[in-house]
Amino acid sequence: MCIAIPLEIVEVRGNIALARYGNSTRQVHLDLLEGVGAGDYVLVHAGFAIEKLNKDEAEKTLTLFKEIGDEIP
Amino acid sequence: MKYLDAFRAKEPLHTILSRITALPSNPLSIMEVCGTHTVSIARFGLRSLLPSHIRLISGPGCPVCVTAQGDIDLVIMLAREGGGHKKCIIATFGDMMRVPGSDSSLMQEKARGADVRMVYSPADALAMAAENPDAEVVFFAVGFETTSPTIAATILRARQANIGNFSIISNHKLIPPAMHVLLEDTTTAIDGFLCPGHVSAIIGIKPYQTIVERYRKGCVVSGFEPLDIVISTYRLMLQIQEGVPRAEIEYSRVVQAEGNAKALELLSRVFDVTDARWRGFGVIPRSGLTLKDAYARYDAVKKFDLTAPEVPDPRACQCGQVLKGIIAPPECPLFANTCTPEEPAGACMVSSEGTCATYYKYEQRTPSN
Repeated sequence: MCIAIPLEIVEVRGNIALARYGNSTRQVHLDLLEGVGAGDYVLVHAGFAIEKLNKDEAEKTLTLFKEIGDEIP
Repeated sequence: MKYLDAFRAKEPLHTILSRITALPSNPLSIMEVCGTHTVSIARFGLRSLLPSHIRLISGPGCPVCVTAQGDIDLVIMLAREGGGHKKCIIATFGDMMRVPGSDSSLMQEKARGADVRMVYSPADALAMAAENPDAEVVFFAVGFETTSPTIAATILRARQANIGNFSIISNHKLIPPAMHVLLEDTTTAIDGFLCPGHVSAIIGIKPYQTIVERYRKGCVVSGFEPLDIVISTYRLMLQIQEGVPRAEIEYSRVVQAEGNAKALELLSRVFDVTDARWRGFGVIPRSGLTLKDAYARYDAVKKFDLTAPEVPDPRACQCGQVLKGIIAPPECPLFANTCTPEEPAGACMVSSEGTCATYYKYEQRTPSN
């Protein structure tokens, strides 16, 4: 039940944001996060953004996967 | 940011799997404490890809499943009787509708005429209260640390908007106390934990450091894609091989070591930590959340003077053993027999992330795992 989906924020209106959801948008509540802006990716659970996605860390994890792969002859 | 393919790529997965296979190891039992992990592991067939000496076992990671029978009966009673109010709307997450109580479910009560509504967000239940000022809206709130902050935020909104006809029945539970109980229990043999990604986004890594220090078992906070889970398993195995258990974050694209400070602040502002009854576990001290006195008007238990009946877990059903990882679902005599997703006997067969429902859907051909 702790499933959360990553969505891109399109617009912030106070405590509520619009996030891209396929070809439409949906409302996301921002009560649990500070400093969210358009273009950020957030993880949405039960209608609330619970954390921002960190692009640099995502890249780092993928690099790590690749490095492990490369170590094997 | 399109990463789905990258985190599901075949090549690195096979490489890491061959690493795991090459690692000399005694038989290991690694428990995942999150229903979303349970589903990912089953859906991507990860059990069959890992060598047979690595056992992935499922823990109490589904909030629907761990809700005690008496707490479900209480809500069913309220749906039936309306707490003395003419119009009473029970709102809850979809999976809670079908969980069997002692003699009914919320879905059955709805069929008999009770006003039970499914919501996606607690904020939707609050909006329902604002739209129906002549009704009492009671939100049956379940969930771990991922979900409870959304309820805390909703309670604060209710107070700000002065919405008086909204209340909750809080069945929120905390994951780390259950992990402590599992490690104290001598019938479970757990060598390390795949820690829940989204719970950890809220609570951070500190609660796992306590587990590492006290029990010397490794904890890796894992993402939900196949590569995340396989590499987290590998990291746990490396810890075990080195003999140095640690709390690590593999899911670093989401989880920060300190967690989500704002969500934690909201939680402590609205809730007190309390003892809670878990299906299969009994009462676990300081493992639940109850509304603080300052928010008592939003506590349906106080508002309608409700008492949860003391009801034992259903006898034939082995949900308790499944939730502790002592048996796998196919070892329960009811599994796929008198207990199916269409007609569940136990809570673990209801929720889409319940261990039994997941095994039923994906792993029926490999009961020996």
